[in-house]
Amino acid sequence: MVGHMYTKQEVLDYLSVIADPEIPVVSIQEMGMLQDVIISDSGYEVILTPTYTGCPAMSIIEADIKALLQEKGISPVKVTMVYSPAWTTDWMNDTAKEKMRQYGIAPPMHSSCGNMFMAEQHVHCPHCDSADTNLISRFGATACKALYKCNTCKEPFEYFKCH
Amino acid sequence: MTKQEALFKYTLRLGDNALILSQRLSEWCSNAPFIEEDLALTNFALDMIGRSQALLKYAGELEGLNRTEDMLAYRRSERQYYNNLLVEQPNGDFAVTMVRQLFISVFEKYYYTEMQKSSDEMLAAIAAKTLKEVKYHLAHAEDWVIRLGDGTGESHYRTQKAIDDLWMFSGELFEMDEVDSKLIAEGIAIDLDKIRPLWKAYIANVFNNGALQIPQDGYMQTGSRQGIHTEYLGHLLSEMQYLQRAYPDAQW
Ligand SMILES: [Zn+2]
Repeated sequence: MVGHMYTKQEVLDYLSVIADPEIPVVSIQEMGMLQDVIISDSGYEVILTPTYTGCPAMSIIEADIKALLQEKGISPVKVTMVYSPAWTTDWMNDTAKEKMRQYGIAPPMHSSCGNMFMAEQHVHCPHCDSADTNLISRFGATACKALYKCNTCKEPFEYFKCH
Repeated sequence: MTKQEALFKYTLRLGDNALILSQRLSEWCSNAPFIEEDLALTNFALDMIGRSQALLKYAGELEGLNRTEDMLAYRRSERQYYNNLLVEQPNGDFAVTMVRQLFISVFEKYYYTEMQKSSDEMLAAIAAKTLKEVKYHLAHAEDWVIRLGDGTGESHYRTQKAIDDLWMFSGELFEMDEVDSKLIAEGIAIDLDKIRPLWKAYIANVFNNGALQIPQDGYMQTGSRQGIHTEYLGHLLSEMQYLQRAYPDAQW
């Protein structure tokens, strides 16, 4: 390895600005996707847990991580995806959920994933907080979101599904 | 056959099932009855391409010949594919697609639940991830089959016809050969004989709720474990593989 050695915390701090391209206000750390940075003689290994197996955002996040660390002079960098334990929306922290709501996406309900279809009936509108909402479609523009409409403010919105 | 060779074949088979069904479902893109359904079917396709990517990558590592997931997907011919015949069947009308999805999602629900306990860590991890996605696919297919079965005369007729036409492909889901028996002994693979009665009971219940009849078990189609397919797979691959065949190693 060449150059200055960075600590794990320094690398994690740099990575805290990397966002999920689908929800640019929330970082991969707040999403619960960033697991660890392992520093060894062969370089820096960033451990990520993918949200959805087919999520096209994963390859963008991987490229963003490599580009950012390269810019900081941190190399060589390897990004490894781990599937176990499987990512769950319960790993998303409250800051992430609040940012998501302000962005206009209803955040997933806490610890309700064991019974994910029950949670769907009690989604609050991210605009007016009304509980009078209807599920339009369980599937939205990305794998992680469902489509809803609010019967109070009449706005359509997306709900980040329990997973 | 060594354990490693058996595990390669087993993983390849799982990856092929996800890949081929993903390709079929993606054919609905911009053709579904309405936009929410278009999104649902392409979401399923995306889940399955992600699953096949993880499985084929792992298969390539097990094989040890430096074949990547893309090489396995784009450089094998029809006879080298081991997906079940059911997943390669044409989409037909919407009822055919939903009945096919129901058959597969019920199977996958029980299969991946068991696979989470596999002694192979990678397969167990992929199973845990997959199961969450399968639950959404199943809820969707189940809702539709009941709604269509218990709907108008026309929707009932088409759904029952789809069931009758696809039934002969359901037996193959539960076929096992020496690959399975070797890996079942190792605690890696799933004994499909244990899943069959659960599958049938679940399907019978859905049909009951949709006023549909479960067919008598008659002749069951077979062949995919030996790489023998229906005429539809070759056409599907010719489209899916076109770019890599015409321009080998082309990058996105
Ligand atoms: Zn509202």
